[in-house]
Amino acid sequence: MRIYAVCVYLFLYTPIAIIALFSFNAGRHASQLQGFSVQWYARAFKNPFVMDALETSLFVAFVSATLASILGTLAAVGLQNIRGPARAVFDGVIYIAIMIPGIVIGIATLIALVTVFDVLNPLLASLWFEGGQPPRLSMGIGSLIAAHTMFTMALVIVIVRARLAGMEKVLTEASADLYATPLGTFRQVTLPLIAPAILAGFLLSFTFSFDDFIIAFFVAGSETTLPIYVFSSIRRGVTPEINAIGTMVMVASLLLLIIAQLILRRRPRS
Amino acid sequence: MTRSERNWLLVAPAAAWFVVMLVLPLSVIFVFSFGERGPAGGYVPAFTLEQYANLPARFTAFKNTMILAPVGTIAAMLIAYPLAYQLAVRTDPKWKTILLVLVIVPFWTSILIRSYAWIFILGGRGLPALLEMVGIEGVRLIYTPFAVLIGIIYGYLPLMVFPIYVSLDRLDKRLLEASADLGAKPLRTFLTVTLPLSIPGVATGCMLVFILLMGEFLIPALLGGGKVFFVGNALVDLFLQSRNWAFGSAVAFTLIVIMLVTVTVYMRVIARLQSGRDDVSIM
Repeated sequence: MRIYAVCVYLFLYTPIAIIALFSFNAGRHASQLQGFSVQWYARAFKNPFVMDALETSLFVAFVSATLASILGTLAAVGLQNIRGPARAVFDGVIYIAIMIPGIVIGIATLIALVTVFDVLNPLLASLWFEGGQPPRLSMGIGSLIAAHTMFTMALVIVIVRARLAGMEKVLTEASADLYATPLGTFRQVTLPLIAPAILAGFLLSFTFSFDDFIIAFFVAGSETTLPIYVFSSIRRGVTPEINAIGTMVMVASLLLLIIAQLILRRRPRS
Repeated sequence: MTRSERNWLLVAPAAAWFVVMLVLPLSVIFVFSFGERGPAGGYVPAFTLEQYANLPARFTAFKNTMILAPVGTIAAMLIAYPLAYQLAVRTDPKWKTILLVLVIVPFWTSILIRSYAWIFILGGRGLPALLEMVGIEGVRLIYTPFAVLIGIIYGYLPLMVFPIYVSLDRLDKRLLEASADLGAKPLRTFLTVTLPLSIPGVATGCMLVFILLMGEFLIPALLGGGKVFFVGNALVDLFLQSRNWAFGSAVAFTLIVIMLVTVTVYMRVIARLQSGRDDVSIM
């Protein structure tokens, strides 16, 4: 049994280790190791396409994770006291957001936004003041952030709601009995208790957005995120530079996840 | 402002976001699936069932998905179960958490890069080259259903281990001792006590993996090399290459319906199995 477990761990980690190992390979070829070198890392950092893609990915991940954390937390707090059919509809929507495959979300968002933009753009142009250049709505960083925020907001709501459900109702009632305003109760009682869940939700959202390929592939317009760059490079063939980028991306996501786990596991002070 | 108005105010931004970025797009797909393709691609409004009638044109994609998704799910379950059992029942509690985290961590790192690792391993310069050295020649691994299956198992194994682990970890270990004390052999204890009690975890794991596999695009795209493709790959082709939005919408909507039906039926069956077992345990 123990040997079996070791084999499964080897299965899980060997491919990752191989990528990391070959990212330090001095030679170009995948089949033989030719000494240690960090040249592929240096090349990745000097490649303007990689750096642009990285910047786009970080920006999108940060903005969408921030929006998702704020709006998701507000919704989770509000939903606590909402019952009845409206609540059932909302829960259904969250369930659909998490269950529908990313590829369908990506395609549907692309088609819907392109169709809406085709109607709005001439409208904007006709309403715009004489001689000025009317703004043109198109797929790009905005649509990408909006799509990522939608999905990660569903994640944040689920995580924060689980934490709220575990919270003693007595605490908020006591606060109200002591004449705290609802906002005061939220700031001084609820928020400190759910803060770890919000932070963990933020980190998971960030990781999701940073790693997402399939939704971005459809809704990013002419923008290139890091996963889109990696995907198109892989199609052109395996290069050591991709190994280096892959290793860095995995290490970065690992660190974020470990932090998220530590935060989520820490018991609230009571 | 009343209490209930305040609650709605808190929920409103999220609700609006879901309406614009989820409900609207899915409704558009639904409406477009009854339309027609424009002369230069795109969509022309119409009301016809032509697109749905045309679905057999993409039969291979549906067939591959409906074969490889269940096969991959079951394979991942068979590999995950013994590991989850080892971790939950046989491991020193001191090491449990860290070992479990080690299983789950890969799932949250880029599936793109993890699948890419297998292009590397299964490609001509990887395993086949090693096999050649020991005298087995002409083995082709990459761009086969086998490669896609390996990619699937590799990608989704962590997601399968977790729920099974949770159900086995919750299991009251005294039941196992009781069974042994009453003279049951280990195998019999496993089959009559452990396995039935871990069914909820197995069911959850299978459902999670199956749902994700139904919409899979990356693994077949990278490891199937255009030869082994899923509905997801057909969708990319329809929307980005042939720009047939109406037909693509019909394919996407059919995928959603198949998923919802499968999941609903599956949950019913599991619920029935569960309630049946409870009756037995009461007796």
